Amino acid sequence: MQNVNWVALSVFVLLFGFITWLGFAAAHWRKGDLGQLHEWGLAGRRFGTLITWFLVGGDLYTAYTFIAVPALAFGAGAVAFFAVPYTIVVYPLLFLVFPRLWHVCHKHGYITAGDFVRGRYGNRWLALAITVTGIVATMPYIALQLVGLQVVIGGLGISGTGWVADLPLIVAFLILAAFTYSSGLRAPASIAIVKDILIYITAFAAVIVIPIQLGGFGKIFAAVPHEKLLLAVPGSNTTGAYGAYATLALGSALALLLYPHSLTAIFSASSGRAIRRNAALLPGYSFMLGLLALVGFFALGAGVAKLPEFAAGFKQFGNNFAVPALFLHSFPDWFVGVAFAAIGIGALVPAAIMSIAAANLYTRNIHCEFINRSPTPGEEAQLAKWASLVVKAGALVFIVFVPLKFAIYLQLLGGIWIIQTLPAVVIGAYTRWLNDWALLVGWAVGTYAGTAMAISQDLKPGYPLKLGDWTLPGYTAFYTLILNLAIAVVLTLVLNALSARRPAADATVAADYHA
Amino acid sequence: MSNAGNTRGERSTWSWWYLLFLIQFVAVLWPPFYNKAEPALLGMPFFYWYQLACVVVAAVMTASIYVITEK
Repeated sequence: MQNVNWVALSVFVLLFGFITWLGFAAAHWRKGDLGQLHEWGLAGRRFGTLITWFLVGGDLYTAYTFIAVPALAFGAGAVAFFAVPYTIVVYPLLFLVFPRLWHVCHKHGYITAGDFVRGRYGNRWLALAITVTGIVATMPYIALQLVGLQVVIGGLGISGTGWVADLPLIVAFLILAAFTYSSGLRAPASIAIVKDILIYITAFAAVIVIPIQLGGFGKIFAAVPHEKLLLAVPGSNTTGAYGAYATLALGSALALLLYPHSLTAIFSASSGRAIRRNAALLPGYSFMLGLLALVGFFALGAGVAKLPEFAAGFKQFGNNFAVPALFLHSFPDWFVGVAFAAIGIGALVPAAIMSIAAANLYTRNIHCEFINRSPTPGEEAQLAKWASLVVKAGALVFIVFVPLKFAIYLQLLGGIWIIQTLPAVVIGAYTRWLNDWALLVGWAVGTYAGTAMAISQDLKPGYPLKLGDWTLPGYTAFYTLILNLAIAVVLTLVLNALSARRPAADATVAADYHA
Repeated sequence: MSNAGNTRGERSTWSWWYLLFLIQFVAVLWPPFYNKAEPALLGMPFFYWYQLACVVVAAVMTASIYVITEK
């Protein structure tokens, strides 16, 4: 690997030091009693439109996204742009569904999807299924954030052998664990402001400066191989790349907001109105993500993969090294420090929120439901703080000892698993009509079928569904969601017909779902 | 059943304006609309600048729906 880039490293360390201080100082921001779970884990639900914008943006558009989407464009071309329709169609969903969920959760003091499902359906086993799915889908996602961090640390020229190689990563994670423990959700919320500003500066600098260096967009796109420039036009009797692209975008959008870290950030808003406003404001990040996807093409145009000084980086990190290599190639050293800090800090914000979200789930829906049914508020908050440490330690062990490709596979499976919670959570926000046991069976079949389909395709996200003479390649999560829904509806009808109708358990009433 | 009936005069949670969201879905989830290189903008193929433009249009539409329905 190349030599240590001292200028970039100094800027990087300086910015990291600043956000470390900020993370601890955040405990005093909009001060609340951090000995209560809704204060530690949801910052007291006091974030207005602007802070929610920074928090949700910092949460959903992760460091891994900023590395992996351009890397996909660099390697596979046009298909990487599915991130744009994906992050367009997600916001109508945020606008329509999530203010309803926010209202009911605020009214009843729910802080997780498991809490909501437990209250709505009165079925602890369905709530457990939602909870376990959330935790299992989140863990590899935290691990992947570390990949973003690892790639930029490698890009700074820091290397070593054995455990020394992982030392910077471990230090960064200890810092993260410490400020999350002490400040709760306030820490990533305050750091998100810094992170998002740095990311915006980096993205716009990249999209303005690099095309000028490379002689304009025309030249850049001319250098992209023809078959990567557009989606392949489908042949006869198949929806081909079109169906794959559209279902990947739609399925990803349907899954995204169901992740525990999304719900945690959304529930910390101060009102349903703040959420609706954010549905119009958050596309600012989508636009930036689209620009960053183009950076993958810039890396092709600049030919960084062939430069000898980056050979070791590509060998170690694969296409994920495309963006760091391009930045090292195109920017002055001090700005490389800013850009890498943006990505590195961009890893810590979602990792912190994910660990808080997983900790909230464990505490509320596993520990307090099955182990100790009546903790004091103080015990509950303390338990969540410990759980957040365990979750992060697990992710760190994973990334240090398990090959990277397994984290990527598991994150992919995580998308297929988390989407199976949609019927209970999203449809549950509108109606109690679906039977809770029918939902549980739908969830189980969807999870099993999705996992089996993904394994049958060597853990690729798409599945070539055969329908008569037609082949419909599409996102496995999307197909299995349809299966899950169909089972839930049919079984509800069957169960309703079989059993004498007794009133369904439901702790909520219609008026709880809106202002 | 406890979740029945919503007749106590709360603000309705549905608005026909929400159907405008469907336009966003169709515009970006039907690749035959935009899977082409021409017309390019500043050297950027149509496929890319169309979808980026859709982000802006979708944001403006969502903001409009918010303003109209929040009354």
